[in-house]
This record gives sequence, C-alpha cells and structure tokens, in this order.
Amino acid sequence: MTDSKLEQIMGNLLRAGVMLAAAVVLAGGIWYLAANGGSIENYRTFHGQHGTMPWTQGLSAPLATIQIGLLLLIATPVARVVFSVAAFGVEHDRMYVIITLIVLAILSYSLLAS
Amino acid sequence: MTVTAFSGVVLAISALAGFLGALTGLGGGVVVTPVLTLLLGVDIHYAMGASLVSVIATSSGAAAAYVKEGFSNVRAGMLLEIATTAGAVGGAHLASVVPAEGLAIVFGAVLLYSAWHSMTPMAAQHAHAGDPLAARFKLNGSYPAEGGAEEYTVTNVKGGFSLMVVAGLLSGLLGIGSGAMKVVAMDQVMKIPFKVSTATSNFMIGVTAAASAGIYLRHGYIHPGLAMPVMLGVLGGSLLGARQLHGANVRVLRKLFAVVIAVMAVEMVYSGVTGGLR
Repeated sequence: MTDSKLEQIMGNLLRAGVMLAAAVVLAGGIWYLAANGGSIENYRTFHGQHGTMPWTQGLSAPLATIQIGLLLLIATPVARVVFSVAAFGVEHDRMYVIITLIVLAILSYSLLAS
Repeated sequence: MTVTAFSGVVLAISALAGFLGALTGLGGGVVVTPVLTLLLGVDIHYAMGASLVSVIATSSGAAAAYVKEGFSNVRAGMLLEIATTAGAVGGAHLASVVPAEGLAIVFGAVLLYSAWHSMTPMAAQHAHAGDPLAARFKLNGSYPAEGGAEEYTVTNVKGGFSLMVVAGLLSGLLGIGSGAMKVVAMDQVMKIPFKVSTATSNFMIGVTAAASAGIYLRHGYIHPGLAMPVMLGVLGGSLLGARQLHGANVRVLRKLFAVVIAVMAVEMVYSGVTGGLR
C-alpha cells in the first residue's frame, strides 16, 4: 500500500469520526434542550469543578451524552497519531516511529494522567 | 435567556464564524471566544473550552479534503507536533493560573496579530541553503504542481521548531488553533511551500488541540451544554464555507473579516484592562 493511499484512508476515517461525534453531540443536544430548554442559562460564572476520568461524572444523562460525543471528537486526532505509528512501522522508518510515539506520550499525559 | 434561545443564538453565531473562517482561511474558532465573552457574557474559560472543541472538529473534518490534494508533509507535521503538543500542555496548565483579565489581554494581542497578518502579504521565498537537520529528519519533499512534482528543501528546522512551541503554548493558553502562526513557522521560517504549509498546519491543529483537551476537561473548561451549539455551528458553517470557496469574492471578505477581528481584539484588551469581563 502506498503512502498516499494510507493517508487517503486516514482522511476518510477522520471525517467519519467527526461525523459520528457530531451525530452523538446533536442527539444529546436535542435531548438536553427537550429536558432543560426552558431553564435559564448560566455560563457567566466559572464553577471550575475539577473533573476526573471518564469526564461524565456529575452530568445529567443528556449532558453526559454530549460529553461522550465530544470525547469521540477529541479521539479523532489521537487516532490519527496512533495510525501513524503503524504506518511508519510498515515503512520500517524507526526514527519516525519513535517521533510519533513521543507525540503519543504527550497526548496520553494530557488525556489520561490525573 | 432560556437555554433553548441561548443555544439557538450561539449556534447561529458559531455557524457564521465557521463559514467566514473557512471562506477566508482565517479559521472560525478564533472569533468564537471574543463573541461569547463580549456579546453574550460567557465566562472566558467556558468560551475557550468550547472554542478548543470546535477547532478539533474543523481540523479533522477538513483532513480528507487536504489529503486528497496531496500537499501535506506528514513527517514535518509529526516532528513539529512534538513542539506544538508540548507547548499546548504547558499553555493549558498556564491557563489555569493566569487570571481571566490576563487571558483576555493576551487573547486580544493574538487576535490583533492575526488581523494584521491576514492583511499583509507574505514575503516571497528566496533561494536558500538546505539544513542538514532537514535531510536527517527526511523533511525535504515534493508536492503536485502543474508540470509534475515540484521538489523543495527545508531550512532552519530549529527556528521552526521553536516557533511551534510558542504556537502550541498559545493554542493551549487560549483554546485556539494557532493556525496562522503554524503557517508562518513553516512557510516563512522553514521555507516550506505555502500550500504544503497550510495543509500540514491543518492536521497539526487537531493534534495540538487534543493535547490541551485533557487538561481543559480536568479543569472543567469544557461545558457540554455550551460546547454543543458551538461545535455543531462551527463545523456546519466551515463545511459550507469550504464548499463556497470558488466564486466568492474572498479578498473583500478577508479584509472585512480582518477588520471585525481587529475590533474584537481591541474590545478584548479593553475589557481585560478595565476588568470588564463578566
């Protein structure tokens, strides 16, 4: 398989991931508005509650659904990096396997360390 | 305002921002935060969280189109992502200690820079000596041009890498894509052809933003109720805008959008200095 072919597949996968994430966010959003649409919004003051994995704790079911969609969205670029490790591996490009793993380590630190 | 009315307003504004951002190439995420904070009184942290999410959506959503054109330099992008993700993690941590007023002032300054940057034509590239580091990291490449593949060599890898740390830092600090600065680092510093720079920048933006996202989640910046209309609006608007790209009078629009950005920049700085946020 050629480089550009691999990239093409990845590009399509990324778009599919974004569309899936958007669909989940939309579904959660409609549910949220149906349940809470009449209440008064309040984003003026920051509550700054510290969340923990898996980031859906303390959320109502509709908001948790939106959050899952957002997590899917955040996962799409991460998936691209994971895919790149494999792609460079197939090409026996050891230097870029290591470089990509460093990027993946930084992403893991942000997303998983707490 | 009720949640439904508020979500509708945010959805409409975000769609317009995404549409104009894609049409002008300036990115829609950059105006979301000032509009939410200045016009709708949203706390800047929540606005940054929603903006960051929309940045990931437009980056990954546009990836397929960029890949099809075959311009992006995958190796340069990955190497530089070490710089942008590390910077973004630092910036996201910094965002939790800098007061809201400070964030507003830095945000205004960055907005002002992007407005200025979009109005001034980039300096033409001159012949340059290749950088041995570029050869070592296999950054020299080629891209499809009219008479077959066009070869290019890359220079000043260290300079580009350093600027990418700053781009990542600002991305994490402010919840933006830092696309303009990424393009400057590649196009102006490393002398990577402009088309290759923009395509590579697009896919770096999503990975950089993902590096901040975990920290934003932990600090509670990403409020699903607010991120929902912003993400759906910016994504929908930018997909529409990318389709309209041909035939529209982009130059006039670009100038207009730059002026809007500049006005918001001044407002952001002013509200930060006077403590008028919220």
